[in-house]
Amino acid sequence: MASIAVDRTTTPRIGAIHGARRVGLVVAGIAIFWALWEAYRWIGESLGITWPFPVNQTNMPHIHDMLHAFTQPLQPGGPPLIHYEWHWALFTMKEALLGFVLGGLIGFGLAVLLAHSVILRRGLLPYIVISQTVPILAIAPMVVVGLGTKGVTPWVSVAVIAAYLTFFPVAMNTLRGLLSPRPRDLELMRSYAADRRSVLWKLRLPASLPFVFSALKIAATASVIGAIIGETPASIQDGLGGAIVNFNQYYSTGPERLWATNMICALLGFAFFGLVVLAEHLIVKRAPEHVA
Amino acid sequence: MNDRPAVAIQGLSKRFKTGVTALAGIDLDVQPGEFISLIGPSGCGKSTLLRIIGDLIDPSDGTVEVNGKTAHRARLDHDYGIVFQEAVLYDWRTVSKNIALPLELLRWSKEKRQQRVEELLRLVELEGFEDNHPWQLSGGMQQRVAIARALSFDPALLLMDEPFGALDEMTRERLNLELLRIWEASGSTIVFVTHSIPEAVFLSTRVVVMSARPGRVAAIVDVDLPYPRAARTREEPRFFELVTEVRERLAGGEVAA
Repeated sequence: MASIAVDRTTTPRIGAIHGARRVGLVVAGIAIFWALWEAYRWIGESLGITWPFPVNQTNMPHIHDMLHAFTQPLQPGGPPLIHYEWHWALFTMKEALLGFVLGGLIGFGLAVLLAHSVILRRGLLPYIVISQTVPILAIAPMVVVGLGTKGVTPWVSVAVIAAYLTFFPVAMNTLRGLLSPRPRDLELMRSYAADRRSVLWKLRLPASLPFVFSALKIAATASVIGAIIGETPASIQDGLGGAIVNFNQYYSTGPERLWATNMICALLGFAFFGLVVLAEHLIVKRAPEHVA
Repeated sequence: MNDRPAVAIQGLSKRFKTGVTALAGIDLDVQPGEFISLIGPSGCGKSTLLRIIGDLIDPSDGTVEVNGKTAHRARLDHDYGIVFQEAVLYDWRTVSKNIALPLELLRWSKEKRQQRVEELLRLVELEGFEDNHPWQLSGGMQQRVAIARALSFDPALLLMDEPFGALDEMTRERLNLELLRIWEASGSTIVFVTHSIPEAVFLSTRVVVMSARPGRVAAIVDVDLPYPRAARTREEPRFFELVTEVRERLAGGEVAA
């Protein structure tokens, strides 16, 4: 049987080439985006484009100006913007991380519960869906004020808001993953007289992992967005959300600062996403076509 | 060997909720150590019969005993191992871990599991592939993993539902030989569903010919070819006579598939 080809694609050399290629693609992508931005800016200003918005330094600052803004002090004589951005990012990250973990655990637990009971699925699912149709901006002040009266620190309340955004995709995808085993997979377990718990641990949970990780990727970025939005009604000044509100007010005089902060938000979301992808590579052992 | 049949089926019938009668009035005894093939046209209920023996579905009427117990009790006691047409391996498990799955469920210690898996890898000639994942194996290799898994806890009875149906002819013939070797070494009883006449004759001590819907036992052909059987067994005149006999029995019931 030695003639049968065994596909071993994970040799270190090929892995390194793949890695280098990926990094190259990301760099090329950034360069192309940068070029397109500046090209539109240049053409727009030259031709005086006013639709959908007038092209000028206020609406489309040069990217190098945004980067330059990081090095400029926020107050005369104070530390540069990047120093503040770093601390805001850490603060928001703390909220997002707790929200991500909370939302993930709640979503996961909910899915396990729903997977085991058709009655619960029928009864509970509509309310879970309804919970997501209520705008987060309406929920956020209630959460902050409500939890605040119970003595919960504001940043934890923000994490709860982030969890509110993340539990839903995790619950839905995990549920689908738990129900994904084919009848034959279950029949095999039945032939071994396996109990429910064994079926959950040995079949349903491992089968659900690719679905769980798809959900966690959504949840990773959603938790960052949730944390940023959550800071707004909580009037939290220590995070990226607070900074965005601030820089919004001074947009006409210093648009680069808002854009620079947006960049940090994007980087934070990207970092969260990357961590989930990394965890997926370490944990999920499935046929290549199953791993997104 | 005792006289108690490995499988005893009496007056068994199966009607599905859709109104289809899949099986009617099946009586069949399988003796310990036998290799029994169930053959019949598509839809004659041979897979259904196998699943009823395995207590994966319930009969509408009649009784099934496995090793002198109800089929249900036998399933709870892990009296049989089953192999399906698809290998039904779990993607996230390596070859070793797939084979060890029933042993984990039976709470064998890690050392005992490891030792048993090594034996089985040798038995199905998959040494060196223990750390591969199923998608890295050919169909024939996957099916051998499934066979090793079914044999892992040394069940007295092996139920096989067209295990080689999806494989090419050459792989199938080689696995037929391997299966005979394993059967002779283990002394277990095998109930084997197939729709290949030569395969049924080559492997079995007896071939149970079933008629089309509703499935009935149309005939039982004793295969008097001596064991051990080898590739040249397929070239003996007696082999062809038996193949012809099974074919005629099949045609006698209904149009053969």
